[in-house]
Amino acid sequence: MSLPAKFRILPCGDAALTVEFGDTVDSALSARVLGFDAAVARAAPAGIVETAPTYRSLFVQYDPVVVGFDELAASLRAIAEATSTQQANGRRWRVPVVYGGEAGIDLDDVARRHSITTRELIARHAAGDYRIYMIGFTPGFAYLGGLDPAIATPRRDAPRALTPPGAIMIGGVQACVQCLAGPSGWHVLGRTPMRNFHPARDPMFLMETGDSVAFHEVPAREWASLERAAERGEPVAELVAA
Amino acid sequence: MSLLAVDEAGPATSVQDAGRFGALRYGLSSAGAMDRYALAAANVLVGQNAGAAAIEIGPFAARFAARAGAVRVALYGADRAATVGDRPVRLARSFVLQPGETLALRAARGGTFTYLAVEGGIAGTPSFGSMSVHARAGLGSPIARALAAGDALDVGTTRTERGEMQIAVVPFDGGPIRVVLGPQDDYFSPDEIAAFLAAEWRIAPASDRMGFRLDGPPISAARGNNIVSDGIANGQIQIPGGGQPLVLLADRGTTGGYPKIAGIVTADLGRFAQIQPGKPFRFQSVGIDAARRLTCDWRMALDGLAGRVVPLRGAEPSSEALLAANLAGGAVSALDTDTWSHS
Repeated sequence: MSLPAKFRILPCGDAALTVEFGDTVDSALSARVLGFDAAVARAAPAGIVETAPTYRSLFVQYDPVVVGFDELAASLRAIAEATSTQQANGRRWRVPVVYGGEAGIDLDDVARRHSITTRELIARHAAGDYRIYMIGFTPGFAYLGGLDPAIATPRRDAPRALTPPGAIMIGGVQACVQCLAGPSGWHVLGRTPMRNFHPARDPMFLMETGDSVAFHEVPAREWASLERAAERGEPVAELVAA
Repeated sequence: MSLLAVDEAGPATSVQDAGRFGALRYGLSSAGAMDRYALAAANVLVGQNAGAAAIEIGPFAARFAARAGAVRVALYGADRAATVGDRPVRLARSFVLQPGETLALRAARGGTFTYLAVEGGIAGTPSFGSMSVHARAGLGSPIARALAAGDALDVGTTRTERGEMQIAVVPFDGGPIRVVLGPQDDYFSPDEIAAFLAAEWRIAPASDRMGFRLDGPPISAARGNNIVSDGIANGQIQIPGGGQPLVLLADRGTTGGYPKIAGIVTADLGRFAQIQPGKPFRFQSVGIDAARRLTCDWRMALDGLAGRVVPLRGAEPSSEALLAANLAGGAVSALDTDTWSHS
């Protein structure tokens, strides 16, 4: 795999910086970011408070009283030059989804746009081998790469003010698992009872950036019991070896 | 233990401490006090650690009552009239609410956020090391949402034999909010950046702990308003398509797809949060090294607050104490509305 070799280190105020490896959404770039994140965690340069991987960059929160930008940037540059991509970490989630109907209000419309049946749309979405490129925006919101290009769909012209918790959506070439209710211009194909973020559960968060995700369809009649199990703190999604 | 009951609270009142770190990679922003210096000053007056959990009171009126025991409290931050029964009480001094007494706070008249700290602390269970309420995430302790009338907080024991304390108020010196340009300043032409720095801004009413919208001239972006999403720090200033800046704050979304022209220096986050809607202010660009010096000075002042608390003996703080406070350079409190005018 060819590496995105170049990177830039840019300030985000005086207590955070971004190590930017590119400006696209693709698996090679994501793997580069995740490999770097793991290397930074191993090297643990002084002053780092926490890191957060994104599609194309590693966000680094630091304490400017402990370390200055130039010194930290030099440490990070050395780590970036000595590390390469990270292969899949071996964690794979099987996520239950109720497709269509009330759970997936855009399923029919998206199928029509691609001139396929809803069954074929569900099959193509569920057959995808996804990888989490980023968890962000709201707690537990997982941005996925790996959507079948045949069902890629431009975002809605008018974003919705509120899409439901657990919404399984696609927008452009991306897919996602939303956790909390929130505004979105993406298309809602279904809903999962899984709660990637649950404040009263230990662990509070299930998925890590870099995990693989697969979807499987469950009948709408199972929704209520799965949702109750998730509320109690059960993961509902299954963690399997990749 | 005693109880502190909430008899009245505006929509922006919640339990906050120094913030929650470690869950940014899961999409959870830090929350925490909007003005950490004011939080610290209130806490040290009642013998708490500077970053301990206290009640962050938004700009509206609020009332709190002691139940089941005496509760020593202290207020610091946005100035407002305060009374216990018929007795006026002042900010920056500790005082005791006897069981059954009610502390009534009027709307803020300078600044936005006032902190109410409690001797013995607010009982609760931290997550990721913090009790801070993140209302949108439904997270925080002991009540994972904004406080409302009818709520009651378990608080630590007040030692009534201990004397009252005071601290010198460091007045805000006016002046611009300092920012570091980037990380997407290359999306803007030099003229566009100059326009951003020259403009007189006002905080728009549709602002909250997630972010403050700014009213002023629309800022265009030569390279457009869409980036591949990346991380967002507390205080970063995003320019969406309409050109109205949005300053992302404690409860922000952690990633976003609009270019960020600059980020507020840590030392000025509290000053910025205390600007009242409608008051004019400007941004000033500083280099990353100058920003670090500002923040180191600010932190030194914050860490030194406990040493500047003096017993209250019916006297004003000594001139030495005032001098020491001013020498520390921690001029971060927006207590005086007049200092916001830029004549």
